[in-house]
Amino acid sequence: MSLNDDLRKRIESYLPRYPSKQAVTLPALHLVHDEQRCVSREAVKEIADLLDLATAEVYDSMSFYEFFREEDAPLGKVRLWVCRSLACSLRGGEELLRHLCQKLAVKPGGTTADGKISVEFAECLGACEGAPAVMVDDEHKHNMNTEKLDEMVNELKK
Amino acid sequence: MPDFEPVLLRRIEKKASPWLDAYRTDGGYRALEKALSSMTPAQVVDEVKNSGLRGRGGAGFPTGVKWTFLPKDHPGPIYLCVNADESEPCTFNNRILMEEDPHQVLEGILLASYATKASTAYIYLRYEYGKSLRHLQKAIDELHAANLLGQNILGKGFNLDVYLHRGAGAYICGEETGLIESLEGKRGWPRIKPPFPAVEGAFRKPTVVNNIETLACVTHVIDRGADWLKTIGIAPDPKNPRDAGSYGPKLYCISGHVDKPCCVELPLGISVRELVDKHGGGVWKGRKAKGCIPGGISMGIMTEKEFDTPLDFNGPGKVGCLGLGTAAVTIFDEQTSIVDVLYNICRFFAHESCGQCTPCREGTGWMYKIMERMRRGQGRLEDLQILDEVGKSIGIMPGTTICGLADGAGWPVKNAIAKFRGELEDWIRKGKKSEHRTRVGRMT
Repeated sequence: MSLNDDLRKRIESYLPRYPSKQAVTLPALHLVHDEQRCVSREAVKEIADLLDLATAEVYDSMSFYEFFREEDAPLGKVRLWVCRSLACSLRGGEELLRHLCQKLAVKPGGTTADGKISVEFAECLGACEGAPAVMVDDEHKHNMNTEKLDEMVNELKK
Repeated sequence: MPDFEPVLLRRIEKKASPWLDAYRTDGGYRALEKALSSMTPAQVVDEVKNSGLRGRGGAGFPTGVKWTFLPKDHPGPIYLCVNADESEPCTFNNRILMEEDPHQVLEGILLASYATKASTAYIYLRYEYGKSLRHLQKAIDELHAANLLGQNILGKGFNLDVYLHRGAGAYICGEETGLIESLEGKRGWPRIKPPFPAVEGAFRKPTVVNNIETLACVTHVIDRGADWLKTIGIAPDPKNPRDAGSYGPKLYCISGHVDKPCCVELPLGISVRELVDKHGGGVWKGRKAKGCIPGGISMGIMTEKEFDTPLDFNGPGKVGCLGLGTAAVTIFDEQTSIVDVLYNICRFFAHESCGQCTPCREGTGWMYKIMERMRRGQGRLEDLQILDEVGKSIGIMPGTTICGLADGAGWPVKNAIAKFRGELEDWIRKGKKSEHRTRVGRMT
């Protein structure tokens, strides 16, 4: 079993919110993904069973959002996003992304060998007044530069 | 003209507390009490309709009119879907409202639900707004504790539940039917319309989809009355019987190459030049601007010469842009290559096309690949012709796609070729290469 009782209970707690069980697909994927750092095929099957869906229905929705990782590429402890959209690019966002990738020796989508940081590019974080911006899991950090980013990464690697 | 007194940002600029007690002290939920005790749902609809309020999410459809499209005397349930998927690049005004004054938004949600007889409201919130999620959830919890949400609200027999539904990083889920599909647990593929959501929306029931800023405006329309909104902004063009006017305050976002990127509230109809010079601190580094995107990247491109265009629902169209969009202005300076700007925009749409309609899926991919080649110094003059053709043949307007993503993807390309052809041709002839070639790994 991939999902423990606690996770199952938390998924089921979403059921009364919606008139269909299928609508709990995204909340369930988020819950599993947050805790297990990926959504394994086994977890997809168990979510489908909980929601009375075919496994393929859950997998179809999940694979639409590049957001969710599968078991072959689980997330590290922290997910660090660098915005590469226009407002950030104009103020050095892409240089920031390149710097981070070189520093950590990973490509976007990759995770450091110690499993601590996964690096991603983001398509507009909606933090353009603080461009270039990055996001640590789901928290924005404004007005970044390479020094600040290095400091942050050193802290995260501790 | 005296400085405009902010309405939507009134409490935020004073750094007032976002929580319930402070919000009520500042007159919060007065509009809700007024509506529940002295107005019928139909009267709330009429008030919003008479105010001329138009949707702030991009399309500018009159909000009250949208509500009247719901079937009469429907047995229910009726749903309100709150579009908090703000993912148009360079746009962040909804985020500020949700983070800093969540009750102002929630009051609008309560009023809209009362008006439309919705019993459940789903706030579809983009994943990237973690702080908004936490602030809205805390505010919702406060409302339940104060009998302002749930059953028999304020003892007036009105019931409403509000749930937060978290997205997963897909631009297309900001399209209202893509949002509904995603809410239902499916891939976020937009639906063919009709049926429109008002007739058959979420869970096949009548549904209204409204934007966060629109709903915040509803709060003030009910509090201050329809006529108040009409004292702000631009009246309809008397020569155009179809113009609904551009009434009310608007949250403008200013970003890119300005000294002070910010979000500022002003009456609809401000010009780009005034936004940049008066509110954005001018173009950065003492440079001049080359151009801007006037309302999110899908609205196209404005040249510096066009900066006096008013940013209301009609203005951007007069200089060939798609529309007001989200009123998010991003400036690029004279040292920026239009090739870099266009490359960034094309890459975004190639990444975010949902893949359902072939012209969009393939067209955005081709445009991105052509721009990638051009910035490597390997562009060909005939590429401009191809780009223009692709730009003109994908979208709802040419009738080749289900939703407007492709119209937005094509527009900046068409604008760039029409307005910056000389620069593009020069770039290609000289085989110039981008100074910002930071290709890192997989890009789309």
